[in-house]
Amino acid sequence: MKICVLVKQVPNEDAVIKISPDGSGIIEDNLTFCTNEPDTYALEEALLLKETNEDCEVVVCTLGRNSASQILKEALAKGADRAIFINDDSMLGIDPLSIAKVLSDILRKENFSLILSGLQSDDDGYAQTGLLMAELLNMTHASLVVGTEISGDKIRVKKELESGWFQWAEMQLPASISIQSGLNKPRYASLKGIMGAKKKQIDMINLDDLGISKPDSKTKIERLYLPQKSKETHYIDGDTDAIVDGLIKILRDDIKAI
Amino acid sequence: MKIIVYMQSSEGKINPISLESLVAAQKLKENKGAEIYAATFSDDIANQLTTYDVNGVLHVNNENLINYSPLHYIETFSQLHANYHPDFFIFGHTYETRDWVPRLSARLDFPFLSDCISMNPEGAITFTRALYQNKINVDLSGNSSSSIVSFQSGAYKIDALKEGAAEIESVSVDLNSVENKIIIEEKFKETDGGVDLTSADFIVSIGRGIGKEENIPMAKELAELIGAQLASSRPVVDSGWLNHSLQIGSSGQIVSPKLYFALGISGAIQHVVGMKGSGCILVINKDSNAPIFEIADYGVVGDIMEIIPKLISTIKEMNG
Repeated sequence: MKICVLVKQVPNEDAVIKISPDGSGIIEDNLTFCTNEPDTYALEEALLLKETNEDCEVVVCTLGRNSASQILKEALAKGADRAIFINDDSMLGIDPLSIAKVLSDILRKENFSLILSGLQSDDDGYAQTGLLMAELLNMTHASLVVGTEISGDKIRVKKELESGWFQWAEMQLPASISIQSGLNKPRYASLKGIMGAKKKQIDMINLDDLGISKPDSKTKIERLYLPQKSKETHYIDGDTDAIVDGLIKILRDDIKAI
Repeated sequence: MKIIVYMQSSEGKINPISLESLVAAQKLKENKGAEIYAATFSDDIANQLTTYDVNGVLHVNNENLINYSPLHYIETFSQLHANYHPDFFIFGHTYETRDWVPRLSARLDFPFLSDCISMNPEGAITFTRALYQNKINVDLSGNSSSSIVSFQSGAYKIDALKEGAAEIESVSVDLNSVENKIIIEEKFKETDGGVDLTSADFIVSIGRGIGKEENIPMAKELAELIGAQLASSRPVVDSGWLNHSLQIGSSGQIVSPKLYFALGISGAIQHVVGMKGSGCILVINKDSNAPIFEIADYGVVGDIMEIIPKLISTIKEMNG
């Protein structure tokens, strides 16, 4: 069985994001990047499936800027078998359907039985790519999955719904599913894994070489801006003692909690 | 301009997030003279919808649509598109929407502007989404003959719904061609001795900034001292440090206590939708750029590991 895990490189969680002067995008200089955290759960789920199913190959794939090769290396070090790197930074900010079409065109010939993706990316947060690919590649789909069971040509998945509700779905393979964070404990790469990863294959894909034209975005970015504050915040400043005094006043006088 | 708004429902009740998205459609009716149609698969809900200010209620009656079935839903909406050619399909951004509407977008080849937080209905219509975990907003427009849009919980207020009198139009669809390869089973709840946070007056809530599991007792002690319930954002639950039943946010509980004391919570959108209605939001976070400060009544930029122990000892001294 061939499993694909879609991973994305995103700015670090504590990164200060600056908007370009013309408001059309962000300034990437000086940003540090990491693997989109929800994707680490999708990778872990694939590695767990590999441990419990025979003849399983785990392939990680990303589309992104040059430095995105780093997140593929990390995935290989954790135990993925192979990587596909679509090295292109011209599609940042375009709509997810156009991106999914490019990914589907490239990955179609792999005939994956299963595509796993994180529930959403911490940058654009559309939460769509894997599900769009299900349609484009004629696969079944499920979202926000918190448990997987494969038997024969079927997969049973436990889906999370709102407010503590869950639901099982049974689907024919091939399937593309998005994985809810927290369903497993993503492993760290071992030293042996890191050494072994150097020998693993990273297929470099250049869209121009494949004759795949870059899509026009189906959405138009009018402008990026900092969110307007909806409330006026009173800040409590000073050293720790002054801050604690301020907190005590609020808890005692405003809230009457103490 | 024509708009179809899908009204998700269960057990005879319209999902509140769907009703909020109907407010957005009504704004386009008012500002752009758009014809808006509320679509439902339920007879009972169709009758409820006749009391709202819409141009019509589309009741799609088919036994395959009684329970959630993504491939049947997608085929139904493809046929609605073929018959009505709406400029926009509008949805509330529910978990069900997240599951089937992306696939509808690929089927129809229209962009899906998911999880929008607002819309500007004047001039060229633009939709606002939050990027980088609420740090940046973007205004977008569709660059396509039709677009699909979903609105996040709380983007509009149900109080703003306009009443009216609408007729029901029965719509039939042919779903025989759908090969149902996704079988959805019954919903269920897990019994994990869940805590009802919705009735708590005060909540102390911890996020990733708590750092490690060993620091949780400190937050618990503070919560007990001020008579608050302990709760958390998703990363703390994902790390296995607290039970899932203590999670606030779109996949946890939605609360509006008198005090929401957020410790080391950055304020990702999924968390904020669960607590932004709180009376007083008191925030401590090391990162002055954390989006949680945008909704804070009181803010402290500082290290909870320095401030909270001192706060605890001071309250203890006061209590004697």
